[in-house]
Amino acid sequence: MKSVPQTAFDVQKIRADFPILNQSINGKPLVYLDNAASTQKPQAMIDAIVHYYTHDNSNVHRGAHTLSDRATARFESARKTVADFINAKSTGQIIWTRGATESINLVAASWGGANLKAGDRILVPALEHHSNIVPWQMIAEKTGASVVAVPVDETGTIDMAALKALLDDRVKLLAVNHVSNALGTINPIEQMIKLAHAVGAKVLVDGAQAIAHWPLDVQAMDCDFYVFSGHKLFGPTGIGVLYGKRELLEQMPPYQGGGEMIETVSFDGTTFNQLPYKFEAGTPDIAAAIGLAAAIDYLNLQDRAAMAAHEDALLAYATAKALAVPGLKIIGTAASKAAVLGFTLDGMHPSDIGMLLDQQGVAVRTGHHCAQPIMQQYGIPGTVRASFSFYNTFEDIDRLFVALEKVRQLLS
Amino acid sequence: MKTFGIDITSADIIDNLSFFDSWDDRYRYIIDLGKELPAMDTIDHIDENLIRGCQSKVWLSSENRAGRLYFNVDSDAFIVKGLLAIVMAAYNGKTPEEIRAFDIQGFFESIDLMRHLSTTRGSGLQAMVARIQSLAA
Repeated sequence: MKSVPQTAFDVQKIRADFPILNQSINGKPLVYLDNAASTQKPQAMIDAIVHYYTHDNSNVHRGAHTLSDRATARFESARKTVADFINAKSTGQIIWTRGATESINLVAASWGGANLKAGDRILVPALEHHSNIVPWQMIAEKTGASVVAVPVDETGTIDMAALKALLDDRVKLLAVNHVSNALGTINPIEQMIKLAHAVGAKVLVDGAQAIAHWPLDVQAMDCDFYVFSGHKLFGPTGIGVLYGKRELLEQMPPYQGGGEMIETVSFDGTTFNQLPYKFEAGTPDIAAAIGLAAAIDYLNLQDRAAMAAHEDALLAYATAKALAVPGLKIIGTAASKAAVLGFTLDGMHPSDIGMLLDQQGVAVRTGHHCAQPIMQQYGIPGTVRASFSFYNTFEDIDRLFVALEKVRQLLS
Repeated sequence: MKTFGIDITSADIIDNLSFFDSWDDRYRYIIDLGKELPAMDTIDHIDENLIRGCQSKVWLSSENRAGRLYFNVDSDAFIVKGLLAIVMAAYNGKTPEEIRAFDIQGFFESIDLMRHLSTTRGSGLQAMVARIQSLAA
């Protein structure tokens, strides 16, 4: 019997901050292993939203009254919290969106619409989420540019030699995820950005699956755009972030028209507001922005290096256990991985496995994970994906594998 | 082999499921029901018979014999196939009038487990029901 690894990290203390984890599902204590789909929320984040609606709620940037001033101050301070969190140079480079998907659509429509023409190429690795494929196909359709897949090998690693061969002066943009949601691969972003910049291409990094795991420095990374969702960073749904280099954002036309994004409007013509407001038409999700900042404040109080080490230990422990299960095949075996264990079990459909795990209180995701191209490459309808966060325990992983044994008994 | 809708009725399903005490026995029963479905020839696994919006693949073909609708169903997932068998117990061999009159949501509601699974989008149960109801319209 292998002993459960010990880390210095006090996971029970952390779990007490996440009230949702303390419940039973189908009569068994919840084991939440669907963190790549959405993370759970610390009480401090929930309290911030309740506090906002209880005391400060009002529209921002408009009212000539105290509540509006207060809401505006908290909303803009949230932007500063995000800017500091990813080390952006200024708050003007932090655009609120509804999530990573909307951030990518904004860049595709605005930057892509203004900069792409027939013959141009957008490179997209084969392991991308549909959110980082479809917006590029849509703008390619409009502009005559083409979307070209960068091959990924059988371990789920981007083929860097193939990427180098594809990079030429036709390439205007490389859109790549920092971490693959389906496979867990950590992509060599810094190296890819250097290679793309060498041929004059811009780089958009989809950080949806990375942002929860380690501190980030967008200036050191030198990406042109970085996007993520609040709900995958222990914050609320409905809020996301687009970071961009200032000169690019300045040049880009507005995405949507409406209030907030204008300076003056007349029927002779309209002038647009400054960054970041140029891209924020309509009343934003003020409470969600404040909630996201509270989640970041919470993270900033923790030992994030210890959290990351704990997550790595969870992945290593789960991977070792998975390798010992007959008929289990890990999908995504890149050398560098983050907190995701995707797998198939011989002769068993992922959807059956998911339903039977749920019966035992274990929450995972099953299916193609919105990454059909990479599933097609593996020739499978989908996987079972267990994804970890710092509040997971080694016992959670033991529970997963005990539950899987039960699944095997029922399905074989 | 028993015929769903004739030898195994919706009332039988409700009776049998209420008999089990543990979740794993209930699931084992559902999986076994799926195994009792007549095999669908893989030649019928065509796009036209495929029901979209399910996590697993679900196929349905039908024929009208003497005013009654007979269905052939299949899935690549065991539990979903068992759920399809339960739907067949309600619908197979019935007239379009009987299908339209049958309270399928009430049937699902009367079984704890079905109440949960019928709202799971991935189970494909509602998509299957919608297809059958449109065939009986």
